[in-house]
Amino acid sequence: MINSIKALRVSLGSMMRKKVTAEYPKEHLPIQDRYMGFPALLFDAARDEPFCTGCMVCVRYCPTQCMSAEMTDNEKFAEGDSHRKKIINTFEINLGRCILCGICVDVCNFDAIEMSHEHELGDRMRDGNRVDLPTLLKMGTKYQSETGWKQSKPNLPSPKERAVIAEAKAAKEAAEAAANPPLEAEPEATAT
Amino acid sequence: MTESGITTNVIDKGRGMADMLINMGPQHPATHGVFRMELALDSEMIVDVTPHIGYLHRGSEKLFENEIYSQIITLFDRLDYISNFNNELGLVMAVEKLMDLEVPDRAEYIRVILCELNRIASHLVFIGTFALDMGALTPSLYNFRDREKILALFEATSGARMMHNFFRVGGIKQDVIADFPARVTTLLGELEAGIDEADKMLSLGEVFVERTRGIGVIDGDVALDWGLSGATLRASGVPYDVRIEEPYSVYDRFDFGVPVGSAGDCWDRYYLRVLEARESIKIIRQALQQMEPGPVQAKVRAIARPPKGEVYVHAENPRGDFGVYLVSEGAESPYRLKVRPPSFCNLMALRDLLIGHYIADSVVILGSLDIVLGEVDR
Repeated sequence: MINSIKALRVSLGSMMRKKVTAEYPKEHLPIQDRYMGFPALLFDAARDEPFCTGCMVCVRYCPTQCMSAEMTDNEKFAEGDSHRKKIINTFEINLGRCILCGICVDVCNFDAIEMSHEHELGDRMRDGNRVDLPTLLKMGTKYQSETGWKQSKPNLPSPKERAVIAEAKAAKEAAEAAANPPLEAEPEATAT
Repeated sequence: MTESGITTNVIDKGRGMADMLINMGPQHPATHGVFRMELALDSEMIVDVTPHIGYLHRGSEKLFENEIYSQIITLFDRLDYISNFNNELGLVMAVEKLMDLEVPDRAEYIRVILCELNRIASHLVFIGTFALDMGALTPSLYNFRDREKILALFEATSGARMMHNFFRVGGIKQDVIADFPARVTTLLGELEAGIDEADKMLSLGEVFVERTRGIGVIDGDVALDWGLSGATLRASGVPYDVRIEEPYSVYDRFDFGVPVGSAGDCWDRYYLRVLEARESIKIIRQALQQMEPGPVQAKVRAIARPPKGEVYVHAENPRGDFGVYLVSEGAESPYRLKVRPPSFCNLMALRDLLIGHYIADSVVILGSLDIVLGEVDR
């Protein structure tokens, strides 16, 4: 009898507790800042092109070989608008194969790929989880705007910018030269 | 006579004739994964057992030979998938030992904290599922609630709940979040309360003790002969813990006890894990105090190339003595990488433990060994 009352007390006590579960499709538990979801390609808004140059280093180091990439010559470089000689042409990730290890992000030298916060995946087709470049960039831009992602190092100057810089430098040097005319060489001491 | 020759065994052992062969698993919930045993029964008594493993075999050890070390870490995460950090530690320690690398102190402390948290998480799963094997549903729900808090901290630290890929050769991937010590301290308080709650509810419960006391007894000598390790061995009265015997990482700087059982039965194996979880909390508290700011990664080349040679490293995983034997030819991937999985070795004693018990106890005994099939099959 006493035991049943004790048990009842425990049950009543735990009934009053706060709920710890969440009903999934209706409510989502918060995601931590460092959460590693599916990889996404980031977009360089300053140059209006992806950061990715298609160097393939992520493709080579991916443990599951879930990515493929192809590079092409960057037209913007030819026009002088970008510092990237090569740019990504096609990029495909089979998200169904990705194991979310983050090795691609570690090895990338161009800030081009990042583990986004996307984590929900579902498709009826076997190949439905293959995502192409536009989708990856869309995921990336969403991640950038949501988290306030920052570039680790500034972009190199593009050919046009380089020309402007060189011009400015030359102008500055010329101005300096005009301001301080070089001293006339002292006459050499003649041997007596 | 079956394919495995089980009937002959029974007759030879003189334990009476098996009048029924029953197949348990591979998808039985009490086998904690995909494990199958053929039980030979004399009415309800188990007279012989043939375990069948390999349902989760992924050829990890062969895969290691074709991957570079940073990729192998992702595979080690998937060996014992309930204590991922402890596995990663085994691999990076082996590579570091071969390369003669000095790991920064802060990285070692963070590793220890994460590993001990993972040990608690693993023991919580064990306690929960062990109770579940006997029909007690509540402890499993409570313990999974507490484990989820640990996993949330892991997610905040490494970016993933389970497959972290966080340890690196020579350190860790990145420093922990700024409020890590504060979060761990709060978490430890909650965990202590949670462990106490489950302990109070379960450990001395009459039904629970009746089901586990004197069931699946194994002597210390026999346990050593079978190569058991971890709590399964210590329950039989052998005080062997790698953290004490051969301290690795910074374990020699902490003051903690290793609980040792005496009876070697299922209850001892269960209760040791409750006590061990509390010891882990002590270790984490000390580590948090001793931890100092500093670098978390030693200077290593991006692709680790250990010199030619071989090395064996072992560490105390939640399940026992986890060993890594690494043979390197100086290349970027190992020539051979052999894992000594504690669950596999602990599973060896299953036949000795089961024979002579009732079929209902088979679930309890298998549960008390705390196997993870990802590690058994590799």
